[in-house]
Amino acid sequence: MNHPITLTVNGVVREATVPARRLLSDCLRHDLGLTGTHVGCEHGVCGACTVLLDGEPVRSCLMFAATADGHEITTVEGLAAADGTLSPAQRAFAECHGLQCGFCTPGFLCTVTAFLRENAAPTDEEVVEAISGNLCRCTGYQNIIKAVHRAAELQAETRADKEEGAR
Amino acid sequence: MKPSPFDYHAPADLDEALDVLARVGPDGGKVLAGGQSLIPLLNMRLAAPAHLVDINRLTELATVEAGPGGVRVGALARHATVERSTPAAAVQPLLGQALRLVAHPVIRNRGTVVGSLVHADPSAELPAVLALLGGSVRLAHRGGEREVAAAEFFTGPMESAAAPGELAVSAFFPARPPRSGTAFCEVARRHGDYAMAGVAAAVTLDEDFRIAAARVACVSVGPIPVVVDVADACGGRPEASADWAAAAAAVRDRIEPEADIHATADYRRHLTGVLAVRALRGAAVEAAGEEGT
Repeated sequence: MNHPITLTVNGVVREATVPARRLLSDCLRHDLGLTGTHVGCEHGVCGACTVLLDGEPVRSCLMFAATADGHEITTVEGLAAADGTLSPAQRAFAECHGLQCGFCTPGFLCTVTAFLRENAAPTDEEVVEAISGNLCRCTGYQNIIKAVHRAAELQAETRADKEEGAR
Repeated sequence: MKPSPFDYHAPADLDEALDVLARVGPDGGKVLAGGQSLIPLLNMRLAAPAHLVDINRLTELATVEAGPGGVRVGALARHATVERSTPAAAVQPLLGQALRLVAHPVIRNRGTVVGSLVHADPSAELPAVLALLGGSVRLAHRGGEREVAAAEFFTGPMESAAAPGELAVSAFFPARPPRSGTAFCEVARRHGDYAMAGVAAAVTLDEDFRIAAARVACVSVGPIPVVVDVADACGGRPEASADWAAAAAAVRDRIEPEADIHATADYRRHLTGVLAVRALRGAAVEAAGEEGT
């Protein structure tokens, strides 16, 4: 039996009709064509499929699309501004070489975006804890850790600029 | 790596959920809460239930109620919510101490405390916490409910007393008594993995700071959490002079670890003894500090 669902993905209301067993990750990729969300292990270990559900990072491979009905999802496609300007986390990963093959990057970016919203100036230890659920097989993590700190700086600068502009 | 097909039920409230479970429970119906343990099993087809009853719309169960007697956690309260609850931490700090060791922050955004108890993985932290504290789980069915004590709730590896057609609606974690402390220590191959061995400890001191009560619950070393009373072994002395070696020996004698790809049975037994001392000392120090404040 198929289930009609309505999701707000990256600010856009999207409708789909899915079988109950359709994972949210597969719904995003196959039904909605948003292939930025990557699927690695499909049992919650690698973190590549992490998206934001009502602002909170979750594994999209450990959730059924039918359960997400009526909720807001942000995928990696929704992190940049409408004009294409990269978000602080995206800029930082590019600047600090926080990626090589890029497979794990969408999951890292979603995780880090939510983390920096809660903790704007994290310590090294807090960064490592925050990204502990995301696997990267290329970088050795050092540049990812640098990128998270750089993203925090960029985020602070962006905020300061906005406050300056508001004055 | 995709689940096999199932009939999906999405009840809007508790009454509807119990109706659906009464109908499909005996027919192999499983409850889906956070899904952080169940969906991996479905994806790997280690489980293939005919019906899934999704309780994620039962927001009435997303509760954390901390009172003088303890903390009652509703079936839809996520790990992260309980972990961040200041009132819950004040009443029973072991909850937060254990939750920080449960998987990764992103998993804790979705997984539920009650779901973890019903899943009854002998390597999981929360069943050990419930067993150590002597808590209970409330099981509802159409037309009634029952409260099952932790000692009767865990019946085997991944097996609980929840019968087909029943829904675990909440769990109760008793409050920390005065002059008491708790700690949870574990060793895992990677941070966030299931522990090779882990020990939750609770210690209560008497008015002269001597150990009056001391219990541990061990994970990954038996079919269910193994609770050991070590008060006698500690010798009724203060933390600094308690017989921790005897306590560790008592724990090692009681557990029945098995070997697997990660560790031999002997190593698990050794590790559990070491972790028991670490957790007991931590709990005793916390209890002494609690008295000082």
